[in-house]
Order: sequence, then C-alpha cells, then structure tokens
Amino acid sequence: MNFEHETLVAFSKSWGLFYLIGMAIVVVVYTFWPGNKKKFDHAKRAVLRKEDRP
Amino acid sequence: MAGSLTGEERRTCLLILGVLALCALGIAVPGRWDPIGVHGLMVVLLCAGAAGYLLLRLNVPEPSPEELSGYYDAPIKVGVGLTMAWAIFGMFVGVWVAAQLAWPDLTFHQAWSSFGRLRPAHTTGVIFGFGGNALITTSYHVVQRTSRAPLADRVSPWFVLFGFNLFCLLAVTGYAMGLTQSKEYAEPEWYADIWLVIVWVTYFVLFLRTLARRKEPHIYVANWYYLAFIVVVAILHIVNNLAVPITLASAKSYTVWPGVQDAMVQWWYGHNAVAFFLTAGFLAMMYYYLPKRADRPIFSYRLSILSFWGITFFYMWAGSHHLHYTALPHWVQTLGMSFSVMLLVPSWASAGNALMTMRGAWHKLRDDATLRFMVVAAVFYGLSTFEGSFMAIRAVNSLSHYTDWTVGHVHAGALGWVALITFGSLYTLVPSVWKRQSMYSNALVELHFWLALSGTLIYIFAMWNSGVIQGLMWRTYTENNALAYSFVDSLVAMYPYYIARTVGGFLFLLGAIVGSINIWLTVRRSPASQAAPGVYDRPHDLDPTPNAAE
Repeated sequence: MNFEHETLVAFSKSWGLFYLIGMAIVVVVYTFWPGNKKKFDHAKRAVLRKEDRP
Repeated sequence: MAGSLTGEERRTCLLILGVLALCALGIAVPGRWDPIGVHGLMVVLLCAGAAGYLLLRLNVPEPSPEELSGYYDAPIKVGVGLTMAWAIFGMFVGVWVAAQLAWPDLTFHQAWSSFGRLRPAHTTGVIFGFGGNALITTSYHVVQRTSRAPLADRVSPWFVLFGFNLFCLLAVTGYAMGLTQSKEYAEPEWYADIWLVIVWVTYFVLFLRTLARRKEPHIYVANWYYLAFIVVVAILHIVNNLAVPITLASAKSYTVWPGVQDAMVQWWYGHNAVAFFLTAGFLAMMYYYLPKRADRPIFSYRLSILSFWGITFFYMWAGSHHLHYTALPHWVQTLGMSFSVMLLVPSWASAGNALMTMRGAWHKLRDDATLRFMVVAAVFYGLSTFEGSFMAIRAVNSLSHYTDWTVGHVHAGALGWVALITFGSLYTLVPSVWKRQSMYSNALVELHFWLALSGTLIYIFAMWNSGVIQGLMWRTYTENNALAYSFVDSLVAMYPYYIARTVGGFLFLLGAIVGSINIWLTVRRSPASQAAPGVYDRPHDLDPTPNAAE
C-alpha cells in the first residue's frame, strides 16, 4: 500500500471526522439512556456519605 | 510507616529495594565517568537508607486486623508531606528564576544556577513534584472513599509514591549537572524515563485492582478522570521519550523522531501533559472535594460525563496549536486550532458544573476559605481555558507566541486553577485523614487564600501587560518597513513587569509556606475529632455541630 502524506490526509479528513461523530453519538446515548439515570443519581449522592470504613 | 505493613510486606519492600539497588549499581559502575554514575550512586545510597530504616523496624508490631480491613491512609499522609515539600522547593526556584530575569547577577556565576538549568528545576518541581504528588495522594484517597474499598495492596502504593519522587529527584539533580534531552516538560534522560514507565504501570494496575474491589455499582466520575490521567500520561510519556542512548554507560541519548515529526510529537505530548496531567486529575479533585466540602451533590452528573468525554477526545488533537507558522503542514495547524476552540465547550461545562453546585450554598464562601479556594479555582479554570482557546487561534497566536502572554496564561492555569484546587482539596483531606476536628487555624487558611489570590493576580496582570507590549514591539514597523524596536528595546520595557512577577510569585510562595505550617500544626496539635471512630469522614472546620446549623 502506498502510505504517503496524501493518503494520511485523505484518511484523516474523512474517517477521522466520522469516527469522532460516531463516538460523540455513543457518549450522548449512554449519558441520556433512561436506565442509567438511577445509577447516576445514586453515584452523585453516594460521595456525600459520612462513614469512614469500607 | 513501617508499622502499617505486615512483616511479609516489609520483607517484600526490602527485596524491591535490593533489586533496585543492584540495577543502580549496574549503571553506576560502568557509568562512573559520566553524570549517570552520580545518579546510579545516588539511587544505591537512597535504597540503602530506606533498607536501613526498614531493617531497624522489622520488629515493630504488625497492624491489627481492624486496621488491615480499613482504608489504607498511611501513604496518603506521607504524600501530603511530599506535596507540600515540593511546592515550597518548586515555588522557591520559580521566584529565583523570575528574579534572575530582572537581576541577572542572581545566577552567582555558577553553572548549576544558570537560568537554563534552574528553569526546568522550577517546572519539574511544581508540575511533577507538587502537582504529581498531589494527584497520587488525592487519587489514593478518592478511589478508596468513592469505591468503598481499601487500596488493593499495601506495598505498591509506596512503590508508586516513592518511585515517582525518585524520578523527580533524578530529574532535578540531573538538570543541575546539565542533563537534559531538550524536550520541554520531558527533560529527564532515558534511564529516568524507563524508571517512570515501571512506576506508572504499577500505578495503573493498582488503580484498576482497587476499582475492581469496589462495593459501589457505578464508578464515580472523579475516578474516570484519574484513570484518564494515568492511562494517557503513560502513552504520552512512552511515545515522546522513545530515544536511543549513545551507550548504556552514558546519560546522553538521541530521540528516534526526526525533524518536524519530533516537534509534533513533543507538542502532542506537551499539550496533553497540560490536558491529562494538569487538568484531568485536578478535575477529579474538583468533582470529589468540592461537593464534599459544600455538602451538595454535583449539579449535573450527566453533564460531568459529557464533559469528560469531550475533554478526553478533543484535547488529543489540540497540540499542534503550539506550532503555528512552522514547517508543520498548514492543515495540521488548523486542526489543532479548531479542536482548541471546540475544547471551550467541555471545559466550560466542567467549570459551570462546579459553580452551579454552589447554588443555594454561596453563603458558605463567606466563612469557609477552603471552599473559596475550590470555587475560585473553578473560576480560574473557566478563564484560563477561554484564554487558551483564544490564544490557539492562528491570528491571535501571531501576537502572543514567544511572548510573556504565554507565560501569564500558563500561570493563570497553574496558580489559579491547579494550585488553588489542590490547596482546597488538601485542606479538606488533611483533617479527614488525620481524624482531626478541623484545620489547626482557619485564620491561616484565610491568610493563605488571600496571599495565593493576590500573588496570582499580580503575576498574571504583569505577564499580560508584558506579553502584549512585547508582541506589539516585535511587529511594529517604521515608514521604511524596518523593525522599529530591537530585541533589547523590548527587554528593557519588560523590566518593571519582571519585578512585579517576582513579587506575585513570592506572595504565592509565602502562601504555600503558611499552608505547610498550618498542615503541620493540624497534624501535631489539632484536637481529635469527637465522632466515634469509624463513622466519621467529614471535616467540621467551622461547624462542630453540623446539623444544628442546617
């Protein structure tokens, strides 16, 4: 395969864009997935607990 | 320290020290005519000292079963001490180099105290010594509390802590001898770099094993930031430091990267060091200690996840903004510039999340200087990320690059954000870990806060003025299209600002000294917390009966 500067530029300018958009969509879906809400709410309150043993 | 380890663990430590000493001897003997020999000997002596310390304490009673099942806080206590010691060292050298720029005679005509050697001692001292120890120390604390699990074992936390400090020591003493591989923020030579890889992989494994033992179903977002910090710093460090030593008996090495690739790799490393060393881990502190201290859950957990992935993915591409107007392909510069501007979104999401957490609790800032440290840090985080995105734009960069504006920007982040969030976190952590009612003196925390804030403001205003004047003088042309000012003209114009900068840095150093004294007195003199042991995890600085005030 001819692996030159132009090849790399073409790859970055096309697939580089698509995979970043893809990852962004995955993250947004994970964040707003209704089933995760309970887990997140628990996590954000759990750090305020006062005990000091595992 | 030795008393927190079982007999078997003490013997494991001795074995590790023995192996390390042998390796050090292996480079000290063939490298005896080279600075690497000095480092080899230094490591042998340090190992012997540590082994002697342990051998004298082999008969100290082992920890009780109750202690063994609790959180492992002994390395955190030592880490706090190391953090503050490096803070004072690094900031002192910082004030010294700042003063050298105004009064060059302060080198005292010694090679080791020349600007070129002291300046990396300052950056390494504050970034890796102070910042790195603060990150390791707080990560041990946060991962245990948020996972409700003790550290996975009791030897590797010490290996990581002392191993990392050994790296910092090799770095700083190396500079004094003139050793550097000439990469900014990655100056230490090949053998120190290999050692850091071993330490860092151990740190990663320790962190993962601790998370695997968690009793919480979900991994709290602060741990994501610590993990990103650990993983990405490992990748950056390994790729940027790929180098071939001229012989195994010499400290000197050459990088494998050629020309413009070397520049790109270096600034990919350099900017992500800012992102993952100086931002991700400190955001982890913010997401744990700020809600803890304010006694309010983080404003939006979902926003914290979105900004986490935003920061992680965007920062990776921003490094090329350090190379505007160079031989780097134009489109790569543009890519770095675009991602730097996009970074403003997740950065402001984090800063906004922190500030919104204070909703309904703003009155707490009036009396609680610790909380104020953290909230002002979040404001500086917002300001310096805005400034960073702005300066990454090519047209702005043509004015700001190579000037003191860059130095001002870095210190808005390093003093205003990184150091303030660290001090706020330490003032929350120290009474909790040592089981004290509060810090020894709230007045001293207050004094530290105002010294730090005024020092930061004096510093960055001096550098903004100085930088913009410099940039303008360098691009002013006469009617005949010749440069209007020589470089020396611009240097003379900087003189008052260099003095102001020294004063600002000195105030900041004073604050760190006040903070260290206060921490020392808290450990020695502060009364123990009243709550029954085992149910207490909250510093009550201002309010010994927290429920009465609500």
